[in-house]
Amino acid sequence: MNPVNYLFLSALLFTIGAAGVLIRRNAIVVFMCVELMLNACNLAFVTFSRMHGNLDGQIIAFFTMVVAAAEVVVGLAIIVTVYRSRHSASVDDASLMKL
Amino acid sequence: MESLIGLLVAAPLLGAAVLLCGGRRLDRTGHWLGTGLAFLSFAFGLVLFTDMLGKDGEHRALHSHLFSWVPVGDFQADVAFQLDQLSMTFVLLITGVGSLIHLYSVGYMEHDERRRRFFGYLNLFLAAMLLLVIADNYLLLYVGWEGVGLASYLLIGFWQHKPSAATAAKKAFIVNRVGDFGLSVAIMLMFTTFGTFAFGPVLANATEAGESKLTAIGLMLLLAACGKSAQVPLQSWLGDAMEGPTPVSALIHAATMVTAGVYLIVRSGAIFNGAPDAQTAVMVVGAVTLLFGAIVGCAKDDIKKGLAGSTMSQIGYMVLAAGLGPIGYVFAIMHLVTHGFFKAGLFLGAGSVMHGMNDEVDMRKYGGLRKYMPVTFVTFGLGYLAIIGFPFLSGFYSKDHLIEAAFARGATQGWIFGSVALLGAAITAFYMTRMMLMTFFGEKRWQPDENGELPHPHESPKTMTIPMVILAAGSVAAGFIFNLGERFVHWLEPVTGYEHGHLPEPLNVPLITGSAVTAMVLGVALAWVKYGRRPVPAVAPRGNALTWAARRDLLQDDVNHVVLVRGGEHLTRSLVYLDHKVVDGVVNGTAATVGGLSGRMRRVQNGFVRSYAVSMFGGAAVLIAATLFMRAV
Repeated sequence: MNPVNYLFLSALLFTIGAAGVLIRRNAIVVFMCVELMLNACNLAFVTFSRMHGNLDGQIIAFFTMVVAAAEVVVGLAIIVTVYRSRHSASVDDASLMKL
Repeated sequence: MESLIGLLVAAPLLGAAVLLCGGRRLDRTGHWLGTGLAFLSFAFGLVLFTDMLGKDGEHRALHSHLFSWVPVGDFQADVAFQLDQLSMTFVLLITGVGSLIHLYSVGYMEHDERRRRFFGYLNLFLAAMLLLVIADNYLLLYVGWEGVGLASYLLIGFWQHKPSAATAAKKAFIVNRVGDFGLSVAIMLMFTTFGTFAFGPVLANATEAGESKLTAIGLMLLLAACGKSAQVPLQSWLGDAMEGPTPVSALIHAATMVTAGVYLIVRSGAIFNGAPDAQTAVMVVGAVTLLFGAIVGCAKDDIKKGLAGSTMSQIGYMVLAAGLGPIGYVFAIMHLVTHGFFKAGLFLGAGSVMHGMNDEVDMRKYGGLRKYMPVTFVTFGLGYLAIIGFPFLSGFYSKDHLIEAAFARGATQGWIFGSVALLGAAITAFYMTRMMLMTFFGEKRWQPDENGELPHPHESPKTMTIPMVILAAGSVAAGFIFNLGERFVHWLEPVTGYEHGHLPEPLNVPLITGSAVTAMVLGVALAWVKYGRRPVPAVAPRGNALTWAARRDLLQDDVNHVVLVRGGEHLTRSLVYLDHKVVDGVVNGTAATVGGLSGRMRRVQNGFVRSYAVSMFGGAAVLIAATLFMRAV
């Protein structure tokens, strides 16, 4: 199978993720969309690794997975804490940083 | 001999230091120490004088280099003295008259609890003035010049508990600062022009400097002289300076301070000789002040302020003569010396009258004092005859020469300045006769003082009358002695130069002498008609507009107030307005613009995660697009 198709899939997944981050209100869904984007990138890296015949892309994919796992830990903790304090997981409610 | 020159200054300076730092233990003897040191300085002066007389006219000047003060590259400021005939004349006048005034003050200040301090200041005054006249460069002269200003400030404001005295002292000091500014600019100009400010090289090379430079230096020196010598337009401090004790007035008016300006002009004669415009300015200032002071003197009822007007007028004569150039320098100094005698005598006499009249200064409350104070009457009377130019007294000779010199200038200028000098002689005779008649003649117009006691006029103690007698003798004889075979002219000629003036047709010497005497007689007669023949009213009559103006010192303070004080207020107010509107406007405007812009920018930060994410995506898209674009190119 032509590896370029994987790249198209990767682009599609990334776009779905980005659209979800911009459109959805629920923090959990936004978070999952961010994961989707990360994994779309992983797919692209692995595909490129295959296409170029070296391991660089695969190594970066491992790094991304490690960072994504750490990010999930911190991110979910923040979301749970925010939910506990204000009984809402809507990202629009958490807009206290503005003046 | 050279080492004695420094001691001239050192003696009174030592006195000032000891008296001012010595504390209360000197309260009982300090005044004799101060007086003794003043006389010691006079004795040094006499020794130097006799030594100088033994030498040839051209080789009389003594030089003494004490130490280098500020040796920096081309800038060489030395503490060095030069004692030539001109300085010698001043040294003898300052120490001689100054010592007599010290002696007089012993009696006059007897009941003042701060007498020790007073003598300290008097000694400081003498030391500063001596430094001024024996300095051999303009910078050291400037030190003495400032010292004189300081000492006059301390002495005019000696009775500082009186607000009027404190104000008068400040006024004298501030007006003098204006003149000091002129002197400092003149010294800087000399340094840039000649590369030095020592008398020798500056005056010897004066002709090479070009007329415009010399005119600038001359005008600045004139400004300096105006401040110290109370010439128009910086004359306003002199009348108020009468707030000081009377011996101070005598010292300021006769021996020190006001003579400094004349000394400066005569000393810088070489500069003025090369700058005819500056000379004309000097003459105009002298002539205007001559009339100004005389008119003010006519209207004052305060005996000391009347004498102050007279001083202003007499110094005006000297400045006029100094502006005439080599014809006049010698006579300016001769008049200065004779004036030193009779004006000191007159002031000491006025002080003696005040001493006997419970410190009353209003002449309308005097009258008939000649019987009660015979010594004061005779000495004051001799000083009076000398100042009005009574034939064969000292003022007659010096003033007569001065008027001749003014006419001898020739052309229109000569006629104008000569006539002004003659007119001044008439007015002088008028106001001095008025003063004499109101004080010593007529009926008693004595008024009880604030305690309700009528004054008991009495003759002053010996310490006060002896100096008065000596000064009166000087006022009588000085002019005659100076003129014996033109002695004074020959004495000063090597320093100041002398040029015998030729009177224009149809004038001649007897005619001018005759008209000077006639002017004097007219003035005396007019005063007698007004104040001698009929009784003097005890309350000043209203008088006409001129009298009113003259009583207010010819509006000099009003003019200063309107031009300088109000003008200064308007200037500062407009500067403040400019500062608020323009300078602050720019600064505040910048801040407001930045603040407003950042307020707008702040709207972008709305706190929604989503919008930050959009900007991130947008930014990433732009970056990728830019990278691709660069690749493609």
